Amino acid sequence: MAEDDDDFEQPSGLRPFWSGTITFGLVTVPVALYSATRMGGVALKMIGPDEAPVRRRYVCSKDGKVLDADDIVRGYEVEKGKFVVVTDDELEAIEPRKTREIDLQLFVDRSDIDPIYYNRGYFLVPSGGTNKAYRLLAEVMEKKNQAGIATFVMRAKEYLVAILAENGILRAETLRFANEVRSPDDVGLPNPVKAPPAEVKKFEAAIGRQSKKLDLHEFMDDYTERLEKLVAQKEKKKADIVRAPAESRKDAEDEGGAEVVDLLAVLSRSLGGKSTAAPKRKPAKKAAAKKRPAKKKTSTKKRASR
Amino acid sequence: MAARAIWKGVVKIGSTSVPVKLYSAVQDRRIHFRLLHKTDHEPVKQQLVSADTGDPVEYAEVKKAFPLTRGRMVLLEKEELEKLEPDDSRDIAISRFVDSDELDPRLYERPYYLGPDGNTKSYFAAAAALEKKEKEGIARWVMRDKSYVGSLRADNGYLMLITLRHADEIIAADALKPPGGRELAQRELQMAEQLISALHGEFDPKKFHDEYRARVLDLVETKAAGRKPKVVAFRPKKQKEDQLADALEASLAGVKTKRKARG
Repeated sequence: MAEDDDDFEQPSGLRPFWSGTITFGLVTVPVALYSATRMGGVALKMIGPDEAPVRRRYVCSKDGKVLDADDIVRGYEVEKGKFVVVTDDELEAIEPRKTREIDLQLFVDRSDIDPIYYNRGYFLVPSGGTNKAYRLLAEVMEKKNQAGIATFVMRAKEYLVAILAENGILRAETLRFANEVRSPDDVGLPNPVKAPPAEVKKFEAAIGRQSKKLDLHEFMDDYTERLEKLVAQKEKKKADIVRAPAESRKDAEDEGGAEVVDLLAVLSRSLGGKSTAAPKRKPAKKAAAKKRPAKKKTSTKKRASR
Repeated sequence: MAARAIWKGVVKIGSTSVPVKLYSAVQDRRIHFRLLHKTDHEPVKQQLVSADTGDPVEYAEVKKAFPLTRGRMVLLEKEELEKLEPDDSRDIAISRFVDSDELDPRLYERPYYLGPDGNTKSYFAAAAALEKKEKEGIARWVMRDKSYVGSLRADNGYLMLITLRHADEIIAADALKPPGGRELAQRELQMAEQLISALHGEFDPKKFHDEYRARVLDLVETKAAGRKPKVVAFRPKKQKEDQLADALEASLAGVKTKRKARG
């Protein structure tokens, strides 16, 4: 399988994805954006026959050469097997002028947004000297149950977002564009027929009987629970325990669950009004090289720190 | 053209079964780039190698392991993992119904339409009842060896199932402390409220377009035709002063003139 560039774009969680300003009217709110969702469950590691962790690397499909991030470019397939190479500079050059800005020219009732549009959530934390404008926007939007709507470009993609506030914290919820959502007609569903009132009543009664408050405990991932149980049993029996060689251990941990805790720490620190800069990660060159092209990274950093 | 159903199931509400077919409600419109080798522009592929020796590893030889602390891992055999998979079932079981606005938007993951599979009357009756009661059902089902949590809801007379993220996949807003500071001035709060009211409107998704996507396709076409794309340097916008009250006042004045001009 040839590689798509999608997994190059996967967020690390610890670094802001984007930083810029939210504007409403002439008020500007400098913010940094972090993921508000994370991969659930446990990421199982791949182990080779030598019991050492397995990692991925990129090779050329033709000459088999092992490639570093610097050896890789992005291409768009214009016809089968024919690619046009597109550089980061070119993609950046066609970004809208106001690419560092989420300009809220429209506020809507939150209940106006159909859940079919919600895609992914991000936290926005104040960056820059003062958080007054941030708190002001959050307080008013939360009180009025409003969401600000805008489009903006992040990592070479345009997003439609709803900016909303909860517990005094601003979030950006990316929304699907209208043309990404199908209508019942597109799918070919039959035209609604009038349902017999008696049957509707029967369903209403059943719904009424089963109406309860939301309980997030129901949303637990039972597969992960079963997995953890199995692991605990095996650990107790000391069955099939392997130890990663020291030099590859770093690699394995880099991708692991430590991140979840760290993201919370980074967010808490950022919201506390201190620096929003992510803690310095160890260079971990190998991990960086296989995750995203070096160029992309520097351009993000450059833009974020202006 | 009608879409193909990707799965068939049975929604269980109370003692009634509603047979349904499941269709994706979204279509991917994103531009996908391929990773290419810089020198020969051939597609790149992934290879698995031992982190220890760097030797290639065949996918068939790979075992899964659960990470413990200090680099220790528990190896898990394929059979052991298969045993953890949920049992096959066609049931879409509803555990409870909640108010339509009760779910955190971050929980919503991927929407599917449900279409009637046989009993059309029950299907539309269930949709009508959900709509009338303004409720969504918390659903659980197993599809292709994976268990899902979802929201069963009505949408314009049809049933819809939106997969929901597991609770541990979202960071609760109350796990974080909101930024603090000196109390906000009443006047500023009032002005901000006025400004937001002045900018209030209906949400019409059709009014927003992915313009950047069109530009990227344009760029690709230009290059494919052998022409040079125009590259303009990025010019950062100057940060405005943080004179909050002044900015609010000026914005309100601006909104008012705009309104007057529009009549």
